[in-house]
Amino acid sequence: MIWNTLLLAFRALRRNLMRSLLTMLGIVIGVAAVIAVVTMGTGASLSVTSQVSSLGDKLLFINPGSNQGGPQGGSAIRQFNQKDVQAVAREVSGIDAVSPSVSSSVTAVFGNNNWQTSVTGVTEEYFPVRNMAVVRGSVFNQLHYQSGRLVCIIGKTVREELFGAVDPVGSTIRIGIAACEVVGELESKGQSSFGNDQDNVILAPLRAVQSRLIGNEDITAISASVASWADNAEVKVRVEQLMRDRRNIGVQDADDFRVMDPTEIAGVLSNITGVLTLFLSAIAAVSLVVGGIGIMNIMLVSVTERTREIGIRLAIGALEKEVLAQFLVEAVILTTLGGVIGVALGLLASYAASQALSFPFIVSPSVVMFAFLFSALVGVVFGYVPARRAARLDPIEALRHE
Amino acid sequence: MAMTAAILAPDAGPIPTIVLQGVARVYGSGESEVKALNNIDFTVQQGEFVALMGPSGAGKSTCLNVLGCLDRPTAGHYFFQGVDVAYLPREQRALLRRHFIGFVFQGFNLLNRTTALENVELPLIYRRVPAAERRKRAFEALAQVGLKGREQHTPGELSGGQQQRVAIARAIVTKPAVVLADEPTGNLDTTKSEEIMQLLTSLNREQGLTIVMVTHSNEIAAFAQREVHFRDGKIAYDRPIAGAQAR
Repeated sequence: MIWNTLLLAFRALRRNLMRSLLTMLGIVIGVAAVIAVVTMGTGASLSVTSQVSSLGDKLLFINPGSNQGGPQGGSAIRQFNQKDVQAVAREVSGIDAVSPSVSSSVTAVFGNNNWQTSVTGVTEEYFPVRNMAVVRGSVFNQLHYQSGRLVCIIGKTVREELFGAVDPVGSTIRIGIAACEVVGELESKGQSSFGNDQDNVILAPLRAVQSRLIGNEDITAISASVASWADNAEVKVRVEQLMRDRRNIGVQDADDFRVMDPTEIAGVLSNITGVLTLFLSAIAAVSLVVGGIGIMNIMLVSVTERTREIGIRLAIGALEKEVLAQFLVEAVILTTLGGVIGVALGLLASYAASQALSFPFIVSPSVVMFAFLFSALVGVVFGYVPARRAARLDPIEALRHE
Repeated sequence: MAMTAAILAPDAGPIPTIVLQGVARVYGSGESEVKALNNIDFTVQQGEFVALMGPSGAGKSTCLNVLGCLDRPTAGHYFFQGVDVAYLPREQRALLRRHFIGFVFQGFNLLNRTTALENVELPLIYRRVPAAERRKRAFEALAQVGLKGREQHTPGELSGGQQQRVAIARAIVTKPAVVLADEPTGNLDTTKSEEIMQLLTSLNREQGLTIVMVTHSNEIAAFAQREVHFRDGKIAYDRPIAGAQAR
């Protein structure tokens, strides 16, 4: 019975190869969309989390400014100072190292090239805490940190913009108003998950930046590495308490600084990408249903077009249920085949995307299985109405049909 | 009822393939009632070649539909090989067609874009004949109608006469008890018509194939052994065709 039905269905589909392929297209696109969205979403989510945690998962960022976000209104942000840095280092248990920094946006000039970037003043703790290294030249030495002379280590983007492929070490560039010798080039970190270029930076010793470029002793950011035995959240609370005390913030008042834990951010971000993936999958699933309706539509038209053929089959002695089964099997073959092709295309597309955007490529077998089964189900559901219509035709009428 | 008794009596000779008894087919009701068939009685013996004749609207096509179990009469009895099949449900009638009846239509009614072989195989697929035997029998049937070597041609690649031969092969491949032909030469020119009729007569004579054919042409009917003439839903006359045996 089943072999006969399959034989009849295959022969019917082969007779109208073009129509069969076009019918399949809706399902192919729907399934491909679902697979691509889910696969890319999973990859993106993982990529975000891994990038955030590549900053170092035992790390806290302390920034001045309100937690409420938005513009800071009229009141200027109260920056940190060197004493705050020392207090965090000395008084909070569970902190290994503290890296204060100050940033300013500048135009860097070398020869005829100039480039808008930012300069960050750092101390020697910056490199271990932020997990940074140089690919050319060297990091700053003690003399650089203490002398107040402006020397710098440039990121890959800055090097490309100012020097092209030339080795920048030993050259002198101008940063804002000050001249600055390049002593090294940073290892490339690429795009961050927030979309900013992590290689578009210039690092210089903190004191030199403060005195030569900014003209005050403010610290605009503190990174602190948490000891391996300590718990991020607990240390975070202790840092917050310390800063509230030091900045005389009343019990009722909100913090005017932020302490951020990257693992926490990673959690939030992967939540966001998760929701986004779900949302996009829902849209893609709609296109799958639309594809199914497309199949029903074409099958209904094809029943009308094939009325005579159905009449012949009925006259020859096909039973109602045999015609029903044939049309249903035709629909299921189309949607299942469409599902297989869609899965292949979706995986191919998301593989290409993962290569282009350097996401990890993660195939979820359960999603593939679901897409496959769902497309077969679409065939049964949307194939039934046309199949029943075909089966119920009156052979005399059907044979008379032009 | 006398007829029924005659059929069931063991000493009445071979059971006729077809017996119609008081068959009527009425469309609509009341004012708009149309009696397409009005109290028809006739019998087709095994091995006969009968032509149903008459002007259009006389009821010959309706009669063929009833004979082919495509339609049900509104009154009367239809004994097919001694069994009353007039009022069988749809599924049983389909099975009857599958196992005992072959059809040849005016418009050939082949599946297009499908090879002659697959067209002829179709009824055997519904009969669940295994693939190897199915092919063998389809090849044989096509050879019988003179289409050896054309098995892989689709209807589009065949002439009208050849298409009708494929249709005849499809009708006889199941070795049916009767072949019902509805204007089998209606779409063909005179030469081709003659070829098709010669094929049908030779199948009738050599294989003993029972054929009931609807036609409005005397020339075509002349190939049969007997003509049943319809007029206004009734049989006007039923007589042997002179000279039929001589050919």
